[in-house]
Amino acid sequence: MNGQTISLILDSLGPLLRATVTSTIPLTLISFVLGLVLALGVALMQLSPVRVVSGLARLYVSLIRGTPLLLQLFIIYYGLPALGVRFNPFPAAVLAFTLNVGGYAAEVIRSAILSVPKGQWEAASTVGMGYVTTLRRVVLPQAARTAIPPLSNTLISLVKDTSLASTIQVTELLRVAQEAAAPTYEFFALYGVAAVYYWVVCLALSVVQSRLEARQNRYVAI
Amino acid sequence: MTESLSSLGSLSSPRSLGSSALQADPLVSVSGLAKSFGDHTVLRSIDFDVAPGSVTVLIGPSGSGKTTVLRSLNALDVADGGIVSIGDVEVDFGRRPVTKRQVATLRAQSGMVFQSHHLFPHLTVLENVTSGPVLAQRRDRSEVEAESRELLRLVGLEDKAESYPYQLSGGQQQRVGIARALAIRPQLMLFDEPTSALDPELVGEVLTVMKDLAAQGWTMVVVTHEIRFAQQVADQVLFMDGGVIVERGTPDEVLMRPRTERARQFLHRILDPLD
Repeated sequence: MNGQTISLILDSLGPLLRATVTSTIPLTLISFVLGLVLALGVALMQLSPVRVVSGLARLYVSLIRGTPLLLQLFIIYYGLPALGVRFNPFPAAVLAFTLNVGGYAAEVIRSAILSVPKGQWEAASTVGMGYVTTLRRVVLPQAARTAIPPLSNTLISLVKDTSLASTIQVTELLRVAQEAAAPTYEFFALYGVAAVYYWVVCLALSVVQSRLEARQNRYVAI
Repeated sequence: MTESLSSLGSLSSPRSLGSSALQADPLVSVSGLAKSFGDHTVLRSIDFDVAPGSVTVLIGPSGSGKTTVLRSLNALDVADGGIVSIGDVEVDFGRRPVTKRQVATLRAQSGMVFQSHHLFPHLTVLENVTSGPVLAQRRDRSEVEAESRELLRLVGLEDKAESYPYQLSGGQQQRVGIARALAIRPQLMLFDEPTSALDPELVGEVLTVMKDLAAQGWTMVVVTHEIRFAQQVADQVLFMDGGVIVERGTPDEVLMRPRTERARQFLHRILDPLD
């Protein structure tokens, strides 16, 4: 590695960090939080005894899981303008990733809710709790224990999937690396820096995951 | 334990409701209760009354329908037909639809103790006991906490308030379950085989708490296989088989001098399983 490459790497550290902090991380977190809210709704719909409701939710999950994320992104950014719906790159990416997380996390949340024993619902109702209170105070806190590892997986995948947004003009980490590498042909060095940044973000999330898991385990015998 | 009970005042339901428990208007009245799960008929037509301050024990072989009777009393199982009344609340299950509100009102009349306790594992013992009054009844937290600590003292677990359920023995868990059920200030306590899932040496501590409650004047309906408990505590014993009440009467009548062959055989089997 010559001096020129090293100085190029050093020069890129700042802009790539900026792209990570101002684009990749917000894109990930906003999409994930919105996606979780959507997923909870979809999961509850899937568990509904009303067939139309659960059927709609299942169709949604099936569509999201059955089509490529890149294609979902393209449909929203390049496809919807044909119907007169136009988004800027960042909101288009948030929408695509939210819908995507909504589909995958719905399955996780649904199975986590089902993992809570029926007796918990019954006990809650015998002390007077209704559906919403039971869900909020009894079922979801216990479901969280089951759901945290797979949801962490979803989140960590999402960090890396946000690189797909580079294809719809979002200046996130990968795109900034591409733009820096293109004129110099220093692909290895700059993509290497980008890879390290993705990895560090994911490492940090893994640490958060273990903390959360430890917290969830405070009420079970290990 | 009995001493702490008398200090509970508003929490206990005294026998003074009627001059004699058995002559007073019934607190619970069940008539024509029927229930099927699919093709399987569990309850044919169940009728019985429970006097205020009295203890009714349901016995019978598994599958006889006794647990379904108990669960119908607070609508965990919604009967297909028949009338259940508890105090001023009456639900006619034959008149459809039975609304959520009717179910909730009926359910609020009784405290339920489950075979496998169903404590909330993510909440401390105290939070389990306060869960009904605070989260569902929206009562004042500090008042409820004081009352709940008193209930924990009643079941001998005041020092476990901050523990999680997994840190307790099976008997202690079941006593917390009793305190949690009492905390909603029910008119009636329901026990669904409260000692069947316990190690034998832990059965006594739970039965002792239940005896204390009975002595204090709580109206109780208990599904159990503990025949000695029934003998000592019950005012009325119902022997069920095949979805009907086959025998009913005092413990002496049903347990000591059963009239039917079915009851005789059942009692013989559980009192002398090797014979």
